[in-house]
Amino acid sequence: MLVEMQGITKGFPGVLANDHVDFGLAAGEVHALLGENGAGKSTLMSILTGLYRPDSGRVAILGRTADFRAPRDAIRAGIGMVHQHFKLVAPFTVAENVILGLDEPRFVLNLKQVEERIRRVSQEYGLKVDPSAPVWQLSVGEQQRVEIVKLLYRGAKVLILDEPTAVLTPQEAEELFKTLRLMAARGHGIIIITHKLHEVMAVSDRCTVLRGGKLVGTVKTSESKPEDLTWMMVGRTVIQEREKAPTTPGDVRLDIADAAVQGDRGVLAVRGATLQVRGGEILGIAGVAGNGQRELCEAVAGLRPMTSGSAKVSGNCSFIPEDRLGMGLVPNLGVTDNAILRVYSGRQVTKAGFLNWKAVREFTGTLLKDFDVKTATVDTPVKLLSGGNQQKLLVGRELATDPQVIIASQPTRGLDVAATEAVHNVLLDARRRGKAILMVSEDLDELLTICDRIAVMFEGRIMGVVKAESARVAQIGLMMAGKAEAEVTPA
Amino acid sequence: MIPRFVLHAQHRSGWQKAAIRVGAVLLGFLISAVLIMATGKDPVVVFGTMFSGAFGSKWGFSETLVRTTPLLLCSLGIALASRMQLWNIGAEGQFYMGGLGAAFVALKFSTMPAPVLLPTMAIAGFVLGGLWCLLPGIARAYLGTSETITTLLLNYVALNWVAYLVYGPWKDPKGHNFPLSPTFSESATLPVLTGRVHIGLILALIMAGVFWWVLQNSRWGYEIRVIGESPAAAGYAGMNITRNILLVMFVSGAMAGLGGMMEVSGVLHRLQKDISPGYGYTAIIITYLAQRNPLAMILVAFLFGGLQAGAYSIQTKGVPLATAYMIQGMILFCVLGAELFTQSRLRFVWRKEVA
Repeated sequence: MLVEMQGITKGFPGVLANDHVDFGLAAGEVHALLGENGAGKSTLMSILTGLYRPDSGRVAILGRTADFRAPRDAIRAGIGMVHQHFKLVAPFTVAENVILGLDEPRFVLNLKQVEERIRRVSQEYGLKVDPSAPVWQLSVGEQQRVEIVKLLYRGAKVLILDEPTAVLTPQEAEELFKTLRLMAARGHGIIIITHKLHEVMAVSDRCTVLRGGKLVGTVKTSESKPEDLTWMMVGRTVIQEREKAPTTPGDVRLDIADAAVQGDRGVLAVRGATLQVRGGEILGIAGVAGNGQRELCEAVAGLRPMTSGSAKVSGNCSFIPEDRLGMGLVPNLGVTDNAILRVYSGRQVTKAGFLNWKAVREFTGTLLKDFDVKTATVDTPVKLLSGGNQQKLLVGRELATDPQVIIASQPTRGLDVAATEAVHNVLLDARRRGKAILMVSEDLDELLTICDRIAVMFEGRIMGVVKAESARVAQIGLMMAGKAEAEVTPA
Repeated sequence: MIPRFVLHAQHRSGWQKAAIRVGAVLLGFLISAVLIMATGKDPVVVFGTMFSGAFGSKWGFSETLVRTTPLLLCSLGIALASRMQLWNIGAEGQFYMGGLGAAFVALKFSTMPAPVLLPTMAIAGFVLGGLWCLLPGIARAYLGTSETITTLLLNYVALNWVAYLVYGPWKDPKGHNFPLSPTFSESATLPVLTGRVHIGLILALIMAGVFWWVLQNSRWGYEIRVIGESPAAAGYAGMNITRNILLVMFVSGAMAGLGGMMEVSGVLHRLQKDISPGYGYTAIIITYLAQRNPLAMILVAFLFGGLQAGAYSIQTKGVPLATAYMIQGMILFCVLGAELFTQSRLRFVWRKEVA
């Protein structure tokens, strides 16, 4: 075995990122590492590349126990990684980037010689790069090839690629897969970190699935179906039953018609989604992360333009963004300043352009009490609050304006059991009061527990909408892997 | 075995941070003392002369106050912009443009009575200084151009505008060819408090108070706080970031422009080639040292005013004026370096080399 990792355990304050994980990589194979956000993929690879040291467990390279104290040690042992965000110096040429950080040459730099060697490597592996081109002139796909050449030049035996296709066009991705196969054929071991199933199916020999820091299993790709892998990835976590009183859905309050939304990279992230949410109803959106859920929510909330289609909201709309500290809250400002973020310009707390501190304090006090937010003082920066209290503050603030429509994007991600329950109860309470709620989650069980209906999103499209009470997990799993509802529902 | 320094994150209380910064200022003086010694002068005598020159006599004290006014106003403008993470280092140019605007009004409408003329001059200085900073603000808001560069570059343009006018169209015919405008009329002169200290000092102090109060309590101040800390959250809350960049840049430059108006109207009584010995640059140091706290800004502006006033008195000891700027630079250098220690501590360790 090229790489053997046994019983790897690594904890961070509050979470066990890896819990007795075993992982093996043979020479000549492409091995996919699959899992949701926070499943522990990055931590495991950071241990292999020497960035972290495991609390316990053993790493062996070619049968010899390795104790990496720094990334430099891992590089010497022949392990290289292509990060999602490339580590290249834009004004430098390809050759200059390739030798960056190497001990060779000791003093005299013979770039011609380096370029010649790069040409040889790139020919051998079919990686088209011009060694003398400055990196800023290269396309993203070419830059990725430079990163790979950089590793091969250093004699890496193990190549780890983190979400390698995230920035590539389908054609570039196709090209990359060919290179990966070729490198494997030449005896290298390749690990790709991903959560895109079709890539796993297309390129890998074996697939290891992590969930919640634990190993779910390692399977041969040729013997697995995409839905099996989805199932392993999403899995069943134990969520207690919530009190979900039956309600009669009211009028349509949120009407999304054929919405198309652009993602951050300029490609369409949502490609024609149609959904209706009624008052007194929670509509869940299931799907593997990155299939357009975030963009859809942001577009409905008015933070992202729609390229076509429409979203009609009756009444006011609240948005609980998934990026809690990046968008929903201002980490360095106090609880009070954060509490009034949505109402600061309204008559409730402002008079003639000035804040009415008495009203502000009252508003904040009520919010903290109603939603059970615990904080040392009302001026404590919210970054010092626990994740649960941050989220309760955010959810509470969004509900304090009595919205008719609530969009909640991953409202319980990273929360402990108690905080999760608190957030669920708030949402269920809003449902009881006739609000229309659109909720995105990567946790299927959470959706099945608190939603009335579940829509499944795949590559920007709605694959179908099912009733939560009669939905079968296998059926949703197939839809998450890209099968339309009609194909998976027995007639 | 190789020795090395290791930085550890360390939480410091407000008092500790203050002590670290004061210590850095003292270190700046200490290094300056070494440099002064190297020139063959006795630092104790030099510092002593500076101190008594700045605070030891009625005249010296009033000179310190004269310099406090422009320093404080420029500093308030810089602090406002920095609250939104905008780095206005063009206060010097905005100060000149403020002086230019005020001089235009003073020379053109010299016969108007003071109660009309002075406010008009103030508005002209305020607006022209503001526009000088709004220009980079527009480029920043719509094109993302770094305002640090553009505000700095516009300083030279402003200085040359003033130079052009006082060498050319506005030159005093009776001025023996010196680059000076004619002296302003009586009604274009700010009332004097004592010595050369004019009413602008009081106005600057009031503005510092208003500035603090407005930022703390107004809806606008709240928007600036949020935008400065997290543009994403501000956009999510529906705040207009573009409009706030433009507004903040305008007011930031306008403060410096007002300082320029006060300088020409209250101290110089004319426009001339050099209306500022680098007030706009010194104000950057003041803003940083005061950590954007207006009360601290008043105190630090006063001390730097003293440093500059004292520098004039040491010339009698054969020490060049530039010494004051050297000391300023040393202090800033030390304070910037010391910032590292407000969040961490340095430990010297002997450690085995890792294989």
